[in-house]
Amino acid sequence: MEPIDREVEERELLLPSEPVHLNMGPSHPAMHGTVRIVLELSGETVQRADVQIGYLHRGFEKMCERGTWAQVFPYCDRLNYVSPILNNVGYALAVEKLCDLQIPERCQWYRMILGELGRISDHLTCLAAMGMELGAFTPFLWFMKAREMIYDLLEEETGARVTHSYCRIGGMARPPTPHFKEMCTGVLSPVLALLTDGEKMLVGNRIFLDRVEHVGEISQADAISLSWTGPCLRSTGVAYDVRKAHPYLRYDEVEFDVPVGKNGDCLDRFLVRLAEIRQSVRVIEQAALRMPDAGPVNVEDPRVMLPDKGDVYTTIEATIRHFKLIMEGAKVPAGEVYSYTEAGNGELGFYLVSDGTGQPYRVRIRPPCFPITGTLSKLVTGRMLSDIIPTFGSLNMIGGECDH
Amino acid sequence: MSKLALDMLRTRFGADILETHDAHGDETAVVTPSLWKDVCQYLRTDPALDFDMLVDLCAVDYPARAGAGQRLEVVLHLYSIKKRHRLRLKARVGDATLLGADVDSLCDVWPGANWFEREVYDMSGVTFRGHPDLRRILLYPEFVGHPLLKDYPAQRTQPLVDYRSEAEAGVPLEKLAPFHDDEGMPFDRRGLVHPDPTSLEPS
Repeated sequence: MEPIDREVEERELLLPSEPVHLNMGPSHPAMHGTVRIVLELSGETVQRADVQIGYLHRGFEKMCERGTWAQVFPYCDRLNYVSPILNNVGYALAVEKLCDLQIPERCQWYRMILGELGRISDHLTCLAAMGMELGAFTPFLWFMKAREMIYDLLEEETGARVTHSYCRIGGMARPPTPHFKEMCTGVLSPVLALLTDGEKMLVGNRIFLDRVEHVGEISQADAISLSWTGPCLRSTGVAYDVRKAHPYLRYDEVEFDVPVGKNGDCLDRFLVRLAEIRQSVRVIEQAALRMPDAGPVNVEDPRVMLPDKGDVYTTIEATIRHFKLIMEGAKVPAGEVYSYTEAGNGELGFYLVSDGTGQPYRVRIRPPCFPITGTLSKLVTGRMLSDIIPTFGSLNMIGGECDH
Repeated sequence: MSKLALDMLRTRFGADILETHDAHGDETAVVTPSLWKDVCQYLRTDPALDFDMLVDLCAVDYPARAGAGQRLEVVLHLYSIKKRHRLRLKARVGDATLLGADVDSLCDVWPGANWFEREVYDMSGVTFRGHPDLRRILLYPEFVGHPLLKDYPAQRTQPLVDYRSEAEAGVPLEKLAPFHDDEGMPFDRRGLVHPDPTSLEPS
């Protein structure tokens, strides 16, 4: 019997010589539904990659110019929706810097504890998603379980699971609940136990290591000149953490280390986030000891703080003040300010311009993952198609803040 | 932030540093737009300043200054990892119709400027001369106007985008969705699904 493919053997096999174009995303599970990468492939090697964002653009900066200064808080929640409290704190600190407000000590510790809880949930989400996209579903469930414990605690405190809108200009919406400290210390040990379990599953796993080791590498000098900050920058060995370099709140009074990596590859980004969770736990433990149980949480400044609700119903002065703060907004002195904090992904900056009215003239946010996502095409060019998944996962692109 | 940087800038560039202030501890310098890139190159390379990181780039619209050709303020925030100091740099460009709203691109100085400049172009309409790939980034190519300008009304709706032509799409049109009349739903067919809603009511 003659071979079927005799014809093929006799003819010269013609393969297409031009590169294959492939659209990855936005409807791709690993692209979070918000990023599209137009790829030019030669075989399975990426020759050119064009990263396109904007699918989650909601005009954050334009919306902020339409309300009062206090009405920006709910928008902030929706920037980085895995650590919204850090965005709240960052924006509140920026407005307070512009108003020259000094918030009470109790509020500073309170914001620090909530912020570090937010950082833990941010890192847990990133690690979980990164593992899951490489096929490790069990650690994903464990990390999500740990994150849910933190969300439960934040829900107990703020009343909302994700969109807290809990900070105010000059304070917080409410003082800490009576059992706040016990709940904090209670939640940390099960979270750490789950973290250790998940870490063992991934870091000791050959399949996982093969996918992330020496993948998506970047040098220190490149990372700095490409505006990287946060865990991604620290994975290259640069120990730049806003909390250490330019302490705000009470970060100069607590002890914690800044973990750094060595190679700047996906594994280092993974390990740095893992180590940072443990450091955040240290910060929370110390802050819980230092936070006073009594005392004011909000500043006593009638320009920005709403009056006591009882007074609003009984006195005309408080009614007028309440009305003016709600309808016209707190008057922020004219000027401009740039305030920066360490958010889950790096330096979260707010550049505010005020013209002295109750409405922001300009709110500019510097989202930490925007410049990092901008580097993705450089990281994946020349690599295999499958390397895009761990590289993209380890950058922790958050659609809300990246697309504004 | 850094007083040193302001002093060195004034010494080096003299009258081209139009204005400086340090409100709230943020040292700020306003420079002549034509020297935008030179100043940045100096800040990046001078060993005493060593601004190795571009932190942020944005633009603020001041329509009242349009008459003087200073409508848009391009605001740059710099940081030095080694020296731990910061600086804010500004250039004022453009008139009411955005004529002259352009500065040199900083992509050669800090490669990280690439996406930031695309964003400023997209949202505020500043053109960056010498940018390798200046196109919209957050919005789509057919978007009309620049939304962060003060004269762009927040309520404005954008025209529906036509299907791309064969030339624009680069593929034959029958390969673009919707493939057949009954697939997908073009906007003009919306009213045709139930031409007579009363016929649907139970008699």
